[in-house]
Amino acid sequence: MTLKASELEVGATHTAVLAKDLKRTQLVQYAGASGDYNPLHTDDLYTREVAGYPSVFAHGMLTMGMTGAMLTDYVGDGRLLKFGVRFTAQVWPGDDLQATATVEALREEGGEQLVDLKVSTRNQNGDEVLSGYAVARIDS
Amino acid sequence: MAVEKFPIEASHIMMFARAVNDGNPIYYDADYAAKTEPGAIIAPPTFMQASAQFDPEYSLRPKVGQPWFGSGKEASGVKPGESGGGGNKGTLHAEQHFEYHRHPRVGDVFTATVKPGKTWEKAGRRAGKLIFTETITEYRDSSGDLVVTARGVGVRTERPATAG
Repeated sequence: MTLKASELEVGATHTAVLAKDLKRTQLVQYAGASGDYNPLHTDDLYTREVAGYPSVFAHGMLTMGMTGAMLTDYVGDGRLLKFGVRFTAQVWPGDDLQATATVEALREEGGEQLVDLKVSTRNQNGDEVLSGYAVARIDS
Repeated sequence: MAVEKFPIEASHIMMFARAVNDGNPIYYDADYAAKTEPGAIIAPPTFMQASAQFDPEYSLRPKVGQPWFGSGKEASGVKPGESGGGGNKGTLHAEQHFEYHRHPRVGDVFTATVKPGKTWEKAGRRAGKLIFTETITEYRDSSGDLVVTARGVGVRTERPATAG
């Protein structure tokens, strides 16, 4: 699937559910695949008793990675030019996450048609856990 | 993460895509990928972060024969004040930005060079003083071409940041 500028308008949105009842096992999976074995994400005893958090929590990069899947499903494979985020709140086991991309601008640059997207991921309480942007190459 | 050799491998991409709940077959099915616009298995957008696997000094991976700060018999394998054992001094990830000059694909071998960026401080509401540190990582292919530029911001807090 590729996006076409002629079929898009500013304000258009795309939303995807990233996780329902996020499992600790997925945090373990992400640790193994990414190589980030920080015990804060997989070791509840350490996280509660030494680090002082209520439980393990997700790698920010897991949330960004899942949000990235929402983006590539929307703009198409190999179409992203930029993707950047701020992690605005922690993501905990049991959370539901939903991500939205909103079209902010359609423009041409260097002969290419581009879309600027605002990116936001929220949990089951509506709290934003990730806030960012993406730029993608689209068809005219 | 400075890395001399980060080979982009199909099974690593498959595992990474599974870990981020991404079921797109372009990340595991070479025959499917051949028919897509990129024409090959490519890396998911945040995959370059997994270059940590190839950083021999990466402090958030247990290393053979060395202490590790995660729990075993005790809540931490390292006593307070003891040095070593890995870790990153309580630094959390505040921001991450990627710029793709092209998309990495299976068979690429990258080097990663790290440049320090800005450092700044902010007063936090719950976590005390926040110290932000930026690093810029450049991933170049075997021809020396810049493929991905990554900018990360880490934040160190005085107290645990339970509400983010």
